[in-house]
Amino acid sequence: MALALSVALSRPGFSLRVDTELPIRGVTALFGRSGCGKTTLLRCIAGLDRIAAARVCFNGEVWQDDEHFLPTHRRSVGYVFQEPSLFAHHDVRGNLQFGLTRVPPAQRRIGFDEAVRLLGLEGLLARRPEQLSGGQRQRVAIARALLASPQLLLMDEPLSSLDATSKAQILPHLERLHEALSIPVIYVSHALGEVMRLADDLVLLEAGRVRAAGPLQLLLTRTDLPLGNLDDGGTVIHGVIEAHDPAYHLSFVAISGGRLAISMQPLPVGHRVRVRIDARDVSLALEPPQRTSITNILSATVLELHADGDPAQTLVRLQVGDDLMLARVTRRSAVQLELAAGTRLYVQIKSAALMEP
Amino acid sequence: MAGADLTALWISLRLAAITTALLLVLCTPLAWWLASTRSRARVPIDAMVSLPLVLPPTVLGFYLLILLGPAGPIGRVLRQFGLASPVFTFTGLVIGSMLYSLPFVVQPLRDAFEALGPRALEVAATLRASPWNRFITVAVPLASRGFLTAAVLSFAHTLGEFGVVLMIGGNIPGRTQTASIAIYNHAETLEYGAANRLSATLILIAFVLLLGVYTATRRGRGGVRVWRWH
Repeated sequence: MALALSVALSRPGFSLRVDTELPIRGVTALFGRSGCGKTTLLRCIAGLDRIAAARVCFNGEVWQDDEHFLPTHRRSVGYVFQEPSLFAHHDVRGNLQFGLTRVPPAQRRIGFDEAVRLLGLEGLLARRPEQLSGGQRQRVAIARALLASPQLLLMDEPLSSLDATSKAQILPHLERLHEALSIPVIYVSHALGEVMRLADDLVLLEAGRVRAAGPLQLLLTRTDLPLGNLDDGGTVIHGVIEAHDPAYHLSFVAISGGRLAISMQPLPVGHRVRVRIDARDVSLALEPPQRTSITNILSATVLELHADGDPAQTLVRLQVGDDLMLARVTRRSAVQLELAAGTRLYVQIKSAALMEP
Repeated sequence: MAGADLTALWISLRLAAITTALLLVLCTPLAWWLASTRSRARVPIDAMVSLPLVLPPTVLGFYLLILLGPAGPIGRVLRQFGLASPVFTFTGLVIGSMLYSLPFVVQPLRDAFEALGPRALEVAATLRASPWNRFITVAVPLASRGFLTAAVLSFAHTLGEFGVVLMIGGNIPGRTQTASIAIYNHAETLEYGAANRLSATLILIAFVLLLGVYTATRRGRGGVRVWRWH
């Protein structure tokens, strides 16, 4: 599936020029600062705003060009708004059924009970919107969008209006969606943590332009992009739970470059997980480290070095098996170790965080 | 209460009901347009709709009499189509009442539609509801308080009108004599007992209506609710 998107828009103090074709699979994050045009793009894809100079084509179906404009209700999109906008004249069940009843049964991709289960709405069905917490409302809004059986789900910073607790409660549901459904998602966010947890692909927007687009790990570790330089920059690696060690309360995750020990997780062996490793938690050694407290040591090859935002630091991009990783070390260490592209060395990972509950 | 007074009361109630029903149907699209348009025509049309609020009812009735009378411009056009002039008929009363109560229907509806904001309708569009469907299943239920207010105000206001119906209806007992005119007649001829009974009945009806509205809106859920925390 693919979404061809070409938008040109100029307003005082704001210009948006995007001409891109996105492969639509899994979760594609539209990432950038506030005001960079993310929401405008999303509304254009949904047909909620009609931008004069725009072309939107989804899977070969023209949604908008110079001659055509398919109105929103005839585009197969679901939309989750920033603030959970439930219909005040319906209870939760009525809200959920609003979209469902407008889809012919043969075209339904998800059943009522399945959506209720995925978003954990059992027991809330008879409640009125004003009786729900913010997080519950947003879960209803997400289930409601899914039940309209869209071919493409658009989410506009669905967590940004929620407090930290509600966010933490809703993220696992989003991750479950990702696994359980084949509906592709475009997820707008300015929070790197959310993107690292959810996204498969990333589109980096800067001041109304696409700065880069591609698979998450590739973009996260590209040193010419601002992502790696962020304080919490790093990489995300996919792995599989391989074994548990209850005596030391550890779980082992197999990744392409070896195996990582993480604190024990209540997950079955064979379960696919996402591991986040921040650049600041990775240190480098030319010899295999002996007698060290660090458990996770993998062999790696330096791909490139890049001056960090901080003049005392250097950002090192590494190949670890098939995966890419970033390390932030002092510039002095980089010089003393004579690091250069092609240097073979060992990475010591101080902390690896599992991005799944 | 005398039979003639009951008839007058019945004419008033029927007039109020028919006027309200017609106004609700005709004013809904107008109010929707006023709430959503960016046209420059909006302000003058808003002002025109509000005119009956400030004009003496006799002014309205007088011009209607001139326009709709057999010799008036509209009256003559009607005659060419073989239709009688509506002056001094129940139809005339309905036309006059509709103009007189117009702002009492348009304004609450317009305010209710404006209060909806775009979000609820956008949500409905992304849930595959067509524009007409969105209007019926989202805008109207969310604006239900506006509809209730409009209906009650129009009904009560029409029930109480005097000047317009006197001018256009001509005070014909059994046909165009409404309760308010009958009260005036009783008072003129010093039949205070009869005037009192009819007046008290009108007060009671008006009070019950308003009580109903306030109870319903206090309890009811209307308007749109979009939550924001930031």
